[in-house]
Amino acid sequence: MAASSERSPPPFPDSEEPELLEDSDEGADAFTGTSISEMDSPSPDSTKPPKDIFNEPLEDIFSDPLSNVNSEPQKKVDTKIPSPSSDEAVDLFSDPLDDDSEVVSSPEVQNPMPDLLNEPVQAPKSDVLGEPPVHKNAARQQDIFEDPPKGSSKSSSVKKAASAELFSDEDEEDLFKELPKVVTKKPQPSGPPVDVFTEVKSDVKVKPQVKDDPTDLFAEEALTAPAPKPSASSSSSRTNGVHSEEHDLFSEATVELSLDSPRNDRKKKDAVKPSVSAPVAPVASSSSKAPSKTLEELEEEESEDTFDLNISVTNPEKVGDGMNAYMAYKVSTQTSLTMFRSKTFTVRRRFSDFLGLYEKLSEKHLQNGYIVPPPPEKSILGMTKVKVGKEDPSSAEFVERRRAALERYLQRVVSHPSLLQDPDVREFLEKEELPRAVSTQALSGAGFLKMLNKATDAVSKMTIKMNEQDVWFDEKIQDVENEEQHMRKLHVMVESLVNHRKELSGNTAVFAKSVAMLGSSEDNTALSRALSQLAEVEDRIEQLHQEQAANDFFTFSELLADYIRLLGAVKGCFDQRMKAWQRWQDAENMLQKKREVEAKLLWANKPDKLQQAKDEIAEWEAKVTQYEREFERISATVRKEVIRFDKEKARDFKRQIIKYLESLLNSQQQLIKYWEAFLPEAKAIA
Amino acid sequence: MTSISEDSDKEKVRSVSVDLNNDASLVIDIPDALCERDKVKFTVHTKTTLSSFQKPEFSVPRQHEEFIWLHDTIVETEEYAGLIIPPAPPKPDFEGPREKMHKLGEGESSMTKEEYAKMKQELEAEYLAVFKKTVQVHEVFLQRLSSHPIFRKDRNFQIFLEYDQDLSVRRKNAKEMFGGFFKNMVKSADEVLISGVKEVDEFFEQEKTFLLDYSSKIKDASAKAEKMTRSHKNVADDYNHISGALNSTAADNNTAFKKTISVCVLQKLEDRVASDQELKLTELLRYYTRDIQAAKDLLYRRARALADNENSNKALDKARLKGKDIAQAEENQKQCLQKFDKLSESGKKELTSFKARRVVAFRKNLIEMTELEIKHAKVRRLKCCVFSFKRN
Repeated sequence: MAASSERSPPPFPDSEEPELLEDSDEGADAFTGTSISEMDSPSPDSTKPPKDIFNEPLEDIFSDPLSNVNSEPQKKVDTKIPSPSSDEAVDLFSDPLDDDSEVVSSPEVQNPMPDLLNEPVQAPKSDVLGEPPVHKNAARQQDIFEDPPKGSSKSSSVKKAASAELFSDEDEEDLFKELPKVVTKKPQPSGPPVDVFTEVKSDVKVKPQVKDDPTDLFAEEALTAPAPKPSASSSSSRTNGVHSEEHDLFSEATVELSLDSPRNDRKKKDAVKPSVSAPVAPVASSSSKAPSKTLEELEEEESEDTFDLNISVTNPEKVGDGMNAYMAYKVSTQTSLTMFRSKTFTVRRRFSDFLGLYEKLSEKHLQNGYIVPPPPEKSILGMTKVKVGKEDPSSAEFVERRRAALERYLQRVVSHPSLLQDPDVREFLEKEELPRAVSTQALSGAGFLKMLNKATDAVSKMTIKMNEQDVWFDEKIQDVENEEQHMRKLHVMVESLVNHRKELSGNTAVFAKSVAMLGSSEDNTALSRALSQLAEVEDRIEQLHQEQAANDFFTFSELLADYIRLLGAVKGCFDQRMKAWQRWQDAENMLQKKREVEAKLLWANKPDKLQQAKDEIAEWEAKVTQYEREFERISATVRKEVIRFDKEKARDFKRQIIKYLESLLNSQQQLIKYWEAFLPEAKAIA
Repeated sequence: MTSISEDSDKEKVRSVSVDLNNDASLVIDIPDALCERDKVKFTVHTKTTLSSFQKPEFSVPRQHEEFIWLHDTIVETEEYAGLIIPPAPPKPDFEGPREKMHKLGEGESSMTKEEYAKMKQELEAEYLAVFKKTVQVHEVFLQRLSSHPIFRKDRNFQIFLEYDQDLSVRRKNAKEMFGGFFKNMVKSADEVLISGVKEVDEFFEQEKTFLLDYSSKIKDASAKAEKMTRSHKNVADDYNHISGALNSTAADNNTAFKKTISVCVLQKLEDRVASDQELKLTELLRYYTRDIQAAKDLLYRRARALADNENSNKALDKARLKGKDIAQAEENQKQCLQKFDKLSESGKKELTSFKARRVVAFRKNLIEMTELEIKHAKVRRLKCCVFSFKRN
């Protein structure tokens, strides 16, 4: 046993250890929340696979660092594992290939728990050691799954292990250099395990989370390191393969922990300590809530799952000529979700198709209180430029900007759990030919109708005076209103920053040129050289400013623009809720009137009409209850949606701001480099 | 309007553009200045061991116009024709910040209190910076005079330093202004005329072409540098606004994001970079634009003398030919030649020292600027680190 843990090489370079340490608190937190639920269901039989699967990934992800940071606890835990299984575990370690079959055939079907716990231990282990080749492992897995009583939970863990291996092979080398490649490679290797997974009828909830959290971990690492390598920081943004690997490597730890609680407690303490000492608990803020796992939390996690769907919009291409020309974008999807026919597919869509999708979605979902992410605005001016103009930089920038916006839009749509289920979304992503969306044209009849509708909505919004009963909504509506204002303001400022920076870059270029001229006419050779060097430095700085301006724009300004639109959508939801309330109130009033009529009739003693009135009352009573229910439902949905939106927003902002700061960091770094290179030149003037 | 007195930070910004030989026998500084309306009153403080002054230490109040007067009298003194006369300090210009201040006052109602306070603070800082710069250029002018072996003995200069009453120089009236303008016209026409005169000394020929070329280039560079710093300042302003907006955004939703302040610090730094850049680079270039103009003036005077010399030669020839007034013409020619020779000699010396001075000043400033840039970039990087770390 000991030998095996010693043998396992540290999966990561030493430099990352501090980061892992820091994250360990997270593991503990998550652990307390989830492990309990795991304990609650000691027999992870196949009858409730979703739950198990759901719990496990969580643990795995969070607990990873623990085992990694020091392999010691692991050792101890191993020895404490209930005897039958521990024996087996030892075996497993010594000979990873055999043990699998052993597990499969082991008579532990009645007691799946220890079994289950062992397995992850063994699988990743072999993984770390890098002994068994990838394909073998995948095959083995299949075997395991053919054995039904083992239960889905097991399969999920094994699957993780497998995928870990798949990645670890390439990632060891690629880790920092070729992240994009890794990402693209990812779906293929992950294919087999996913298949296996779907067999068990459980959702692929593992990966998305993994993806998400490690991104943070990574970003953090890049930043905590005092002098982060540029490559490392750049990796933080996306990179899926790396993360899944990361988590898999460690997936053993928590499972073991859940095995024996005293150990686990100790660990928890250990893990919590760093979080306290650390000045700012990073991602922990989100995970620390885990112990008191609420419904919302669960929901959030669910929504994250959909990230297994990877959508990219690429290759903008001009189709046609003149005013009828349009840009077609390639929408590529990579997914492991069963709802799609294949794992990767590509369609060409034009901008109005995106708008059409939004129309369809908002028609269906907005009234239920869902926040439907809005697409980027139409821009007649920009598009006309593209149509008419040739290859000028401003239209290229416009197209790129729109492409990025469309990509984000689609990602937002599919990251919404209920929107993803919508057949229109699926159709949009999958179907080769889509009927032309006509209603999106601004000057069409439909467009006119829409405008009319909007106008009436605006009027009714003004007339409806809703006295808000729910404090939460009252506050939230106010918040959203304020936030939108702030965002708008901020957006204007960021835009002006972008412009000014561009200006600065232009001026720097001009200055560089004129310094170069000055240098050429300077008669002191040293000074002349220094001046021309200075010109070069300024030239580079100009480049830097330009890049920074692009960064300002794409990571910061566009983010704000997106959220301004999204906040508009949120407001739309509030309006829907208000409408529902209005309907309910109207019905209530109607009922009141009917009752009055009945009372009058009763007084006037007209029995023939009385019956009719009574019927009407009953009818309206039913309506009132129905509307009331509807209102309550929509309130609940909106509430949920807004909470979800807030979370997403916080995450999005965090990610983007970190990215932005990183870009700033980078450019400062470059600046230092340039000036430092210049300093000796200046000193050389004599 | 505002009266700012500053005596604490004068020594830091001292002598940006000129490297002066620190001779203790005559030390001049402007420890204090008072700004009232359009006028700026500088307190000129002198410490000396020279016997030509009555006291070893004294200070007098001087206005910008008096500096100009001093410069003009020196320029007009015949003996100094062969010297590079330090360029006169530019007129103090507080219009920019003042206007902004005014605008700020108007826009007070539309801003939150915090924003207003911040803006005001910033403007005051800007104002102070302009003020400091103004004081500094005046100081540098005097220091250059005092460090020059000939100018320091100038009577007018000593009066300027010592006489504790108002020098009662008035502003140029319209006629004089026109006269000055006319003189300039004549001078530039003359420059064109005498440019045809054959240069006898190769050194001066070279110097001339170099200076002409250089002055146009440096003028260009300084204009561009100014532009650059201005846009840099714009960026800094934007940071400021963004940080303000971020602050208020974050204040409103305490739940979602707590990302504030970071950018606001960045803004301050960016601002500092901009002003440092301005101080070091732009000022340097600007100063040398003026200095080169002075050198060009010297060359002009020399060329003028050369032309005179030639004319007198011709006159002598003519006189000889005619056989009358030979003595007078000879005398005249001799004088011209002497003057020209003297001019050439001192001009040569001056130009060489000017060159050396320029190189030294460029070196010093470039190094300083680079160091500052590095320092700022490092600080900014660190801030970025800290904030992105905190963000997590």
